[in-house]
Formats: sequence, C-alpha cells, structure tokens
Amino acid sequence: MVLFIIFCPIIAAILIMAGAPARKTALGASLLAFAATLFLFVSFHQGRNDFQHVTSFTISPQWRLSFTTGIDGLSLVMVLLGTIVTLAAVWFTGAIEKYENAFYACLLFISGGAIGAFASIDLFFFYAFHELALIPTFLLIGIWGTGNRVAAAWKITIYLAIGSFILLLGLILLYQSFPADARSFDIRALTAAAALGQISADAQHHVYLLLLIGFGILISLFPFHTWAPEAYASAPAPAAMLHAGVLKKFGLYGLLRLAIPLLPEGVHHWGTLLVVLLLGNIIYVGLVTIAQKRLDWTLGYSSVMHMGYIFLGVASATILSTTGAVVLAFAHGLSIALLFGLAGELRQRTGTLVFDELGGLAKVMPFASLAFGFGVFAAIGLPGLANFAGEIMIFFGAFKNGWEMDRFHIFQIATVLALWGVVISTVYMLRAYRKTFMGAMSDRWKGLIDLRPVLRVPVALLIGALLCYGFFPQSLVRIVTPAFRTYLAANKR
Amino acid sequence: MSTITAPELEIAVLILGMVILLVEAFVTKIDKRVLAYVAIAGLALVLVASFFVAPGASTSQTTGFWSFYAADRLSIFFKQFSLLTTIFVLVLMTDYAPVLRNSFPGTTPQQGLGEFFALPIFTCVGLMYLVSAIDFVFIFVSLELVTISFYVLVSFTRRNPITLEAGTKYFVLSALSTAFLVYGIAWLFGVTGQTNLQRIADALGDPATDHSAALLGMVLVLVALGFKIAAVPFQIWVPDVYQGAPTPVTAYLSVGSKAAGFVVLLRVLQPFLALPQTQRLIVVIALLTLIYGNLAALPQGNLKRLLAYSSIAHAGYLLIGVACFDTAAIGFYLVAYLLMTLLSFAVLIIVAQQTGEQIADFDGLARRSPFLAFAMLIGMISLAGVPFTAGFLGKFFIFYAAILQHQTALVVVGVITVGCGFYYYLKVIRAMYWQSSGKVDKIPVNRLSRLAISALILATIWLGVYPQPILDALKR
Repeated sequence: MVLFIIFCPIIAAILIMAGAPARKTALGASLLAFAATLFLFVSFHQGRNDFQHVTSFTISPQWRLSFTTGIDGLSLVMVLLGTIVTLAAVWFTGAIEKYENAFYACLLFISGGAIGAFASIDLFFFYAFHELALIPTFLLIGIWGTGNRVAAAWKITIYLAIGSFILLLGLILLYQSFPADARSFDIRALTAAAALGQISADAQHHVYLLLLIGFGILISLFPFHTWAPEAYASAPAPAAMLHAGVLKKFGLYGLLRLAIPLLPEGVHHWGTLLVVLLLGNIIYVGLVTIAQKRLDWTLGYSSVMHMGYIFLGVASATILSTTGAVVLAFAHGLSIALLFGLAGELRQRTGTLVFDELGGLAKVMPFASLAFGFGVFAAIGLPGLANFAGEIMIFFGAFKNGWEMDRFHIFQIATVLALWGVVISTVYMLRAYRKTFMGAMSDRWKGLIDLRPVLRVPVALLIGALLCYGFFPQSLVRIVTPAFRTYLAANKR
Repeated sequence: MSTITAPELEIAVLILGMVILLVEAFVTKIDKRVLAYVAIAGLALVLVASFFVAPGASTSQTTGFWSFYAADRLSIFFKQFSLLTTIFVLVLMTDYAPVLRNSFPGTTPQQGLGEFFALPIFTCVGLMYLVSAIDFVFIFVSLELVTISFYVLVSFTRRNPITLEAGTKYFVLSALSTAFLVYGIAWLFGVTGQTNLQRIADALGDPATDHSAALLGMVLVLVALGFKIAAVPFQIWVPDVYQGAPTPVTAYLSVGSKAAGFVVLLRVLQPFLALPQTQRLIVVIALLTLIYGNLAALPQGNLKRLLAYSSIAHAGYLLIGVACFDTAAIGFYLVAYLLMTLLSFAVLIIVAQQTGEQIADFDGLARRSPFLAFAMLIGMISLAGVPFTAGFLGKFFIFYAAILQHQTALVVVGVITVGCGFYYYLKVIRAMYWQSSGKVDKIPVNRLSRLAISALILATIWLGVYPQPILDALKR
C-alpha cells in the first residue's frame, strides 16, 4: 500500500513523459494516491508506536542497506499532507503553453520524491528520495517561471544541493557514530541502538550540528533562508504549492525523525543556538515580510517566517511541542498551498501581484477572496483553523519546558518573543489581504471573472482539511503522539 | 575442459588487433566499418571469457612471469573495465567515422579508418597489462604501449590544426612524464635493489634502507602518474588535448587512461603506506585537484573543454579515495565515471556533427531529440551527483571513507566543490531544456548507438539503486 502511494506519482510521471495524456494521467494518479492514503489513515492502528505496512527489499547486506518503506504516525501525517497538496497542485495547474507533459511529470516527480522520503524507513532512501525533486524544481522554475526566474532557479538549486550534501555528511557521520556491529541504515535499528546509549554525547553534538545546518538550509532556517522567497515568487503556482507545502517539510520531518530519538544530547547542546536562529526567522524575517510590496514575495517570506514556530517546537523537544510542530507543519502546508495557488491564479488573470496595482478584487472575485481569507486567517493562527492548534501546542510546550528546567532558561523568553510573531504575521497578512481584495478597485479589473467551478474543488478540499483539523486536532494528535512518547518520556530531563 | 588463465585474455586481444590490421592492409574492397563491428564482437567475446578466469593467488607465486604479473580479483575486474571501455569507444568511433573521412582526403573514401579502429585494441592490451603489473619494469613497458598508441590516436585527424597542437602537446608532455617515471624507478632501484613492488615493500620495512631517497623516487613516480590521471599540478595538458583530440579518443583518454593510472597508483603506493609523508602528499594533491578542476570548469562554454575540466575534478574525488586508500570506493567511482562519461561523450559526438561542441549548440535539444537530451540529462546529473544515479553512490562511498578517516579538509572542500559541479553540469541541462533554438529538424541516431546509449542510461540508474554487484566484484 505504501509502495503504491510512493510509486503512483512516479510511474505516472514516466508514463506522461512517454506520451500519455498529461492532465488526465496526473489527476488520476494523484487521486489514486490520495484515496490510498485515506484508506491507510482509516486503517491505521492508533496507539502503536512502531512502523506499520512495512515492506523491505535488501540492497546491500554488507552495508545493511535495504529499501524499506512503512509508516508510523509521524510519517502518515506527512504522507497525507503530501497527497492532499499534490492533488490540489495538479488540479490547480492551468493551461501550460510549452512542454505540457514535462510540466506535469516534474510536478509528479517532486510529489513522489517527497512522499517517498516521508515513507522510507531506510536512511539512504530517505535522503535519496528527497533529492529526486532537485532537478524537476530547477526545470519548473527555469522553464515555466516568471520574473527573475533564471537567478531564482540557480539559487534554489545550488543552495539545496549544498544543503543536502551537508546533510549527507551528517547522515554518514551518524551512521559511523555507532559501533561497527550496530551500524545500519535502518532507522528502527538505529533508534533501538541509540536507546541503549550506543552513540556518545560528543558524537551527538557533531552529528546534530551537521543535520541542523543541512536540514536548516532545506527548511530555510534564518541565515540560510534567502533562496526561498525568490524561488517561490518566481516558481509557477503548482510548483510553489508543492515545494513550500510539502517538500520543505522534509527537513522538519527529518529533524523530528532523526534528531529527537537519536540525538537528544545534541538537541540539548545546541538548543540555545537554534532558539536564536529561529527567533531570527520569526522576528527578523517577520519584519522583512511587512516591508514587501508584492503578494508573491509576502507569501514567500511568510512561509519562511512560519518555519520559526515549527523550529521552536523541535528545539524544546517535549511531547506537546513536537506534536504541535507536526500539526503546524501539516496545517502550514495546507494553508500556504492554498495561498500560493490563489495568488498564482490571480497572477494569471491580472499579470501582476504588486500591491499598489491591485485592490478591491473582492467585488469581482468573491469566492477567491473568501478562500484567500481562509488562508490568511489560517496563516495568522485564528482558532478554528488547524494552524492554531499547532501553534498553541508549541507555545505551551516550549513555555512549560523552560518551567520544568527550574532555572533561568531561554525558552520562556523565546516563547514570549515568538508570540509577538503572531502579531507581526497578523500585520502583514491582513495588510496583504486589504491591499489585494479590499478598498477601491482599479477600472482595469472590472472584467475579471471569479474562480472557475472546477478550480473550487481543490480550494474546498484544502479549506475543508484546515477546518476539519482545526476543530478536531485530536485526530492528528492521537496518531502522532505515540511516535514521540517513547523516546521523549525516556529522555525527560 | 581446460580453464582460461588471465594472460590468455591479453594474448587473445593482441591477436584480434593484429588480425584486424592485416585484414585492413590486404583486403581493400570491404566497408571498413565491418572491421569495427568485428573488433567489438571479438572484444565482447573476450569480456565474456574473462568472467570464467579464476583469480590467482597474487603473492605466493613470486618467481618468473608471476613476479611481474598479478592475476588477482582487482586486476581481473579492471581488465573487464578496460574491455568494456574499449567496446564503447569503438561504438563511438563508428559514429565518428564521417568526421574522420573529411580529414583524410585520400584516394579511397575510407582511408585511415582501419587503423583508427585497430589502434584502440592495442591500447586495450596495454591497459589490461597495466592493471596486472606489479613490477616497475612491466609497469613501464605497458604504460608505454598505452601511451604510444595514444600518441597516434590523439593526432589522428592531423589536418585540423587544433588536433595537431593537441597531438604535439600530448607527445611532449607525455614523454617528459615518462622521463620522470624512469628516473623515479632508477632511484627506487638504487635504494632497494628491487623492481618488484612486493620486494620493494619488504626492503622499505628494513630500517637500514635510506627512506628519504626512496621517498624521492616515489615522488618522481607520482609525478608521472599524476600526469596520467590529470592531477593538479600535472593537468596543464588536459584541456587542450581533450578539446583537440578526436572526440572518441578524448573519451578513451578520460576513462581508460585515467582508470589504469589509478590502479597503478594504488599498487605503487602500497609499499609506501607505512611512511606518513605519503598520505599528506596525496591529501594536498587531492585538495588542489578538486579546487582547480571545479573552479576552472565554471566559466567554460565549450562542452568538450568542460568535460576536460570535469575529468580533472573527478580525479580530485578519486584522489580523496586514494588518500584514504579505499580500493572499493575508487573502483566503484571509476565504474560510475566510466558509465556517465561515456554517456556524455556519446551524445556529444552525435550532436556535435549536427551543430557544434559549444554548450550553446545544445540549445533546444529537448525538442530536436528527446532521447539524446534525456541521455545527456542522466549523464550530467550523474556527474553532478544526484541520488539514484551511479555518480551519487560513487561520491557517497568516497565521502564515507573520508569521514571514517577524519579527513576534515578533504570533506569540506569536497562538499563545496560539489556545489560548483551542480552549476556547470546544470548549465548543459539548462541549454537543452530551457533555451530554444531556431533549428527544429530531428537528429538521427543509428541503431547501434541507440542501443549503446540506452545500455549506459540503464546501467547508470541501475547501479545508482543497486550497487551490490560491483561491490561484490571489488571485495577482496
């Protein structure tokens, strides 16, 4: 079942390259993958903390390398996010002027790569699947992008390539930190060995730093974030949806999957550094976002800023905050995909996303403005939408973490400052909404038509998921928490 | 049924080369390309036979013939490697034949083709002997067999002034490096009184031996081998010769000559591993090679020249493996390098006949020939090191070895240069897929090349997912 979900998009992409009708095949494949994931979600045994639906093919017994896939609560949530956003992104794709087949194939490769990474239990394939998205992203931005696409495509590709090679070094070092007979690429085996204390504190410090930088570049952690806004502003809307919504979550997933169970000493050791950097994400990038004059750049920067909250959840490493980080990653993926999709649709109609030229569009596009409003309020963290559930769990978890340390700790200050981030995001999000949809409308936009009914389906899907998990976050929490409970309870300090 | 022994493989290839030369000389009224097909079939036969050779014990028999010829697993693996390379180079040469015709305006339209197809076979014999050589005299002789046949091949289209320049440059610098090699061997012989590598190692273990003189000899030998593998600072000849030589010969130089150079390097360094200076020296050369190769490749606009600098860069990654002395990692990297380099050159030869060798000549290739563009895409991402290709696993094993030995400087420089690599390899992908060109006519690909290119693509991806067969073959 898991294999089917991974290879459904990839095989569809190969078929499309071989000449199958592009849109139909892509939609069919993403629908199938989504349906399969829903089935998986329903049939998932809650409360168990091991991997389910495991399939394994041995690649190299000498290296203990095998192609093993399976899901636990954490990866199930990410796979669900991946398939929902893939479906929405494929559905949102409008008419493509040139190389239509290649466009859909690239999208599906990104999707298959991300889902494959989430569902791999083997360290090697976890890494390799993520890289599957690298070249398609380069092509998507380069061929079909807008604005300063050439620079943006180079920047994201080189940045992510170097980031992932740093990550690779971290993973190799992690593998080598275990005694020779415990070395394995199987994450389960590594977790079991780490629980026995087979990885020294010193090694944990080194490995965690490498992983933090490597994943940090992929997630756009503060000083390494400059590729993200530019790339998302230039990318065609479906690519930005997939990349910001799903692929970027790979790094967060990686930190939660590897750092929390395997490297608790490292997480603790570099906690202060990470807190400083994530405050850079929340406060500095937040202020930069306020200064933006274009909708696409605002959204790009906002997606960088929101990563700060998720990092806070990872850094404080309590059951509550890590679960919150997963919920927020899920919710943010949905909301940013919704916003990028609608912004791309706007750009296609108006040809511009500069705030000064837009305004009052709610009169001609009521549905789009309502949907965009949902996205905006989700991004701000309004109760009732899934983002709120994630944020509040992170804030409580982080604050309580400092509390339990029984001495001065930076986590409480960080939580206080991060809460101000909510105000900052309110400022820029509402401002973006007002400048785009409210106020006086220029005569140029009189003839605009609202979203076509066919495009309302993916919008409704995304909003529905946001509302559903906003009111019933427990359905996610119940699935995710067991994945963390064992190691976080054991490592309680 | 008697079993095949390793030396019979070389003898078979040698006979094949001579037969082809004789047929070329006396049978005039045939299509010369038949010779290439016969050569490919013959080499393929030897390749199949090589799988039935039992690896001999390498150290127990150290007298007579076996004191300078090793038939261990490693050498048989690299004999197969050489045979495979030569087969693919011959396929590339049949594609290149029309170009050759233009520079040989002789009496018959196929003047010179026969020698062009026969010479690589002799080079192949040289390479096969070279990977088995464990005695300095034998190393020297087989290295000369390789080099002399390359002298002719590099300057084969000699009416082209660039080729002539390449030929002269290769000849002069290669002769110089040979001089270094002989001088180094003389020093080593003077110090230890031996030419056999194993006995040199024994002699060096003796505290009475003058180690500084032996080191001098080793450094001189290293200069000569540095020339073969295109390591900085002995890389000056590479860009010009690679650009000027006929393209299949460039491919052969960059794969066959380099691989044999690395095998010899590993064998020659073996006795000197006990000396701490050796590793430091290799680390410095590796760092220089990585930095120079990758930085110099960045601004190149000519694809052949770009591949020349990329070949220097890859020598740098291989030298990381040498510095850590990880034979399996080097072997795997060389196999990956063989696949992806030959793939890139195969596409280059076909496209260059239609448009040119500049990267800009690849503009819009995705429209003109999706097959060739896809082949080049796989070649380039494998050279850059994207997962699910053989090139990535090659880099993975090399970095693994370097991290295991705590070679921090090599790892840091290695990662930065990988980033550079992504830039210049993706430049080619960018030309093929982003840019559009005025020309829209299809580019024809004949059946043999299509088969060879498909095989290379499949092998590149297959080894990127399932490396175990090669790892097994390299296990000692």
